[in-house]
Amino acid sequence: MTTASQRFNPLQRALHWLMAICILAMFFIGVGMVSTITPKFLPLISTHRSLGIIILALALIRLVVRLRYGAPALPADLPEPMKLAAELSHYALYALMIAMPIIGWAMMSAADYPIVVFGGVRLPPILPQSDSLHALLWSAHYYLAFAFFAVVLLHIAAALFHALVRRDGVFEAMAPIAVHQKTIAGE
Amino acid sequence: MTDSHRPPPYGSLALIAIVVGAGAAAFAYTAGWFSPNRLTPNKLVSAFAPPSGPALGHRRNHAKGICFTGSFEANGAGAEISKASIFNKGQYSVIGRFNLGTPNPDAADATVRVRGIGVQLTASDGQVWRSAMIDPPFFPVSNPQAFYALLKASGSKDPNAMKTFIAENPEFARFGEWAKSAPWTGSYAEEPYNSLNSFVMTNKDGAQHVVRWGLVPKATVVPMTQEDFAKLGPNVLEDEIVKRVAAGPQSWTLMVTIANSGDPTADPSKDWPADRRKIDVGTLTVDKIEAEADGPCREINFDPTVLPTGISTSDDPFPAARSAAYMKSYDLRTAEAKYYPRTPAATGDKQ
Ligand code: HEM
Ligand code: HEM
Ligand code: HEM
Repeated sequence: MTTASQRFNPLQRALHWLMAICILAMFFIGVGMVSTITPKFLPLISTHRSLGIIILALALIRLVVRLRYGAPALPADLPEPMKLAAELSHYALYALMIAMPIIGWAMMSAADYPIVVFGGVRLPPILPQSDSLHALLWSAHYYLAFAFFAVVLLHIAAALFHALVRRDGVFEAMAPIAVHQKTIAGE
Repeated sequence: MTDSHRPPPYGSLALIAIVVGAGAAAFAYTAGWFSPNRLTPNKLVSAFAPPSGPALGHRRNHAKGICFTGSFEANGAGAEISKASIFNKGQYSVIGRFNLGTPNPDAADATVRVRGIGVQLTASDGQVWRSAMIDPPFFPVSNPQAFYALLKASGSKDPNAMKTFIAENPEFARFGEWAKSAPWTGSYAEEPYNSLNSFVMTNKDGAQHVVRWGLVPKATVVPMTQEDFAKLGPNVLEDEIVKRVAAGPQSWTLMVTIANSGDPTADPSKDWPADRRKIDVGTLTVDKIEAEADGPCREINFDPTVLPTGISTSDDPFPAARSAAYMKSYDLRTAEAKYYPRTPAATGDKQ
């Protein structure tokens, strides 16, 4: 069975899975809303703003929790390149979880759109109105969204690889509920 | 590895490939990559452009325009139907834009039948209300898809395209009639501007009303024929409004019209009977005109869904479609700003 030190703590796991659902939803809401002119457009974009701001808040909390509690060590037998890939991809995921909502907020600020979230809260602009900044941030939000989705797909592939192929306890470290530790069970 | 003696995990690898592949496919499907017939904002906005391509850096429709600033003097009467703070008695700042309904920023004034206005009213609590209105009393078509069909038909080389379009969208005939018979005027200041789309107003007791609104000019309207108007020159509207406002501020009454139950609220091609209750909620005054290239209206998207608390969208499908399209137009034009210099002296902003 796993011991506490081999797994992320319950708060970390709860944040990971809650945010995974929110972020996956954001990708679909994002590309769905910009490709429709039906009345769905309005609830989709307002959900996109609100959920994006929730993700920003959760990501900042998660960063603090991570710095405070750390992470279980990766299996000692994991090849160095895979360890490096794991670490770099986790840095990238943290960076994107924090950057994407800030870029979205900044992009809307530069366009002088009111930034209304949660059905009536008006966030202040974080940048002055500027067409060049808007164009730059629009490109950043667009390209980083696709990059983010690609990294998440790789991350999911890697997690499943650990769970199904390597069976090395990495998946169990983040599993929402305690799963029987396969590292030893796999002989 | 602990599993070196086990058979290669083909099943697991296939499962991983399926999960990732399905995720990517679902994403692409949501984005519309497999749905070439989906009417996207991009398609709708592209349909405005003439065969030679859009005017880079400019609005994709209503491209010819001039900025103004002024004020809105609320008389307090609007509070009866909406809790929006802009209706509290007081004076609020306004940024706006007079414009012509054409994708060509250099169009001659007399070639454009529809005139419009974009306004942004800012309440003292900072909430903004944006509205883009036009001078016809009703819209040419009933729904956004029909508007796309109209753009396609009018840009088509097929001589029967418009006939087919009118057969499928009979409401268009009335607009055609209006376009032919309604008098022209020689000034932006003499035009009424109508929201055409309906919205919902909610007052402080929670009571809701479906409304449309419009600006009714206080200036004396001098009707004229299209021929006489054409003689005044290709840019007379901008030249005239500059001189007119320099000589004195120009005003409109902001009128809110309340629907009776059963009135067509989802179809801007159907105007409501003239006897519907109208509330005069205040006066819009324009007291300064500025060129668009470096004016305060340039970077504003007069998105009709930018509404203060107390006003919201109704069952009219247009505001959502317009919001999606205006955002796309805004994205394109802000990315192309270098083609529309702020200082005309630099290269001349008109190609
Ligand atoms: C984790 C956070 C976020 C993710 C993953 C995300 C993802 C996306 C995606 C995939 C798109 C569609 C891009 C395209 O295909 O054109 C998009 C568009 C957009 N996002 Fe986000 N977003 C996030 C946060 C935010 C936030 C916080 C805001 C605003 C407060 C925001 C505002 C927008 C807007 C306005 C658009 C439409 C841009 C346009 O086409 O003009 N996003 N986002
Ligand atoms: C939008 C989706 C997701 C994001 C943004 C995300 C983000 C992250 C991040 C940043 C970490 C590193 C944790 C840390 O060091 O604090 C992590 C770990 C992990 N994630 Fe995800 N994740 C997502 C979805 C998923 C999914 C769907 C799975 C499972 C199929 C998964 C499985 C794992 C596992 C097993 C770990 C532990 C890795 C380790 O021990 O270092 N994640 N995730
Ligand atoms: C689905 C139908 C419509 C589409 C696709 C459409 C499209 C557009 C686009 C792309 C712009 C340029 C936006 C920008 O770059 O800021 C625009 C501007 C404008 N539209 Fe529409 N429009 C539609 C319906 C309407 C209706 C119903 C009205 C009036 C009742 C209207 C009045 C205006 C006005 C006045 C402007 C100029 C606003 C400004 O000065 O920035 N439009 N339209």
